[in-house]
Amino acid sequence: MKLQAFIVGLACATTSAFTSAQQLEITVTNLTHGIHFTPILIGAHDDSMHVFKVGEQASAQLQMMAEGGDISGLSQMLSSSNADVVENPAAGLLAPTMSTTTMLNTADSNSYLSVVAMMLPTNDGFIGVNSWMIPTEPGSYTFNVNAYDAGTEANDEIINGGGAVGTPGIPIAPGGNGGSGASGVTMDETTPYVHIHRGSLGDDDLTAGKSDLDNTVHRWLNPVARITVVVN
Amino acid sequence: MKLFKYTLCLLTVPVILLSGCNDSSNSAPIKGEMKPTPVTYKYQVIVQNLTYGQPFSPLAVVLHDEGDFWQIGNTASLELENLAESGDNTMLLAANNVLSGVSSEDILMPSISQSVEITLDDHQASYLSVVTMLVNTNDAFTGINALDISSLAVGESISLMAGSYDAGTEKNTELQDTIPGPASGGTGEGFNATRDDIDLVTMHPGVVTLDDGLSTSVLTQAHRFDNPTIQVSVSRIE
Repeated sequence: MKLQAFIVGLACATTSAFTSAQQLEITVTNLTHGIHFTPILIGAHDDSMHVFKVGEQASAQLQMMAEGGDISGLSQMLSSSNADVVENPAAGLLAPTMSTTTMLNTADSNSYLSVVAMMLPTNDGFIGVNSWMIPTEPGSYTFNVNAYDAGTEANDEIINGGGAVGTPGIPIAPGGNGGSGASGVTMDETTPYVHIHRGSLGDDDLTAGKSDLDNTVHRWLNPVARITVVVN
Repeated sequence: MKLFKYTLCLLTVPVILLSGCNDSSNSAPIKGEMKPTPVTYKYQVIVQNLTYGQPFSPLAVVLHDEGDFWQIGNTASLELENLAESGDNTMLLAANNVLSGVSSEDILMPSISQSVEITLDDHQASYLSVVTMLVNTNDAFTGINALDISSLAVGESISLMAGSYDAGTEKNTELQDTIPGPASGGTGEGFNATRDDIDLVTMHPGVVTLDDGLSTSVLTQAHRFDNPTIQVSVSRIE
């Protein structure tokens, strides 16, 4: 009896995956103690594309987002693949522990969800969800999100306003708790592929030292974000 | 079959209780007759410390129907602040929503597992929570928050791992006089009512330690941890 119900359920689910658009309510929560997220980009797309992929080189568009928080390139990339897109649901920065909720109506074939936002203060760290398969069964689904490194910029941890692609440095520490005068943690980025971020180092000297980050404020452990998707 | 038994059980309990009331008002219950036997809901909670050098304070294990003990982005309750800064679970176990609360007897050392049994009579609680402090920190805690056990049948169990949280009530200075655990020789302060951090519960950023660049830290590389930090297995045994 139970098994039969299950099979019927599966059949329905499979059918709806190919026939019906969905309405999603998406909530993104910043779980960190001292990291801000820049404008968030959310896209529902088909399986012909991805916004990033671990182990692959970042696209120029991903680099723009990860180094400077500029989501326009990725947004355009999604739109030109007929994705459904929400830009900047938090209307700016998402501070530690804050949440933002948005609605997303997806077209028939757009059954994968991707979410990205730069993490500040970092050189090229970002929160990332790559092609999460949107469930067809109505309900509430919650999952944790890890921090990635775009692999495009050395993690020198120098706050110098550098947000443009190819410019070293961190744009800003939005909490107003960054330092200055650092000599730099490293000038190398020898793994030029997207990878799980190894975390920031920071130091305990806000006017000198290797890093402009505060090691008691700007570190994190995964997960860094939580996403709840309500499928209506 | 199982479902039928369960329903039957639910139906008969109130009847027995009612007849019990009648009996007592009529005085002299008949010897040897059935007394109303309370239905006991009993759970075994096995907790393992997954860290290398962070003993856990005595576990607070709680059955409750309402509320939760923390929420990312909310300020910590006084009860939670107390536990997360000092490791003392007394206040949390006396919180209003606690239907049944048990403290484990001792500190739970790294890699050790401990079993705690908790019971509640005549009512199946909706939620189970476990809270404990990582004692070689300023205000880090770990545990599970309002795990739904409302439909857990006898013999069934739920296993999960969890990460560590920061109560946000005390700055992570790692100074000797702020760490209550053995890392400070047990000399550090526990609870302090002043809230000098962001006063919001977050995931914990981890400890920095002396070995990794915080020159004023009393902690060493041995106190570092990553997520997850705790393994919890909840089984209903009665």
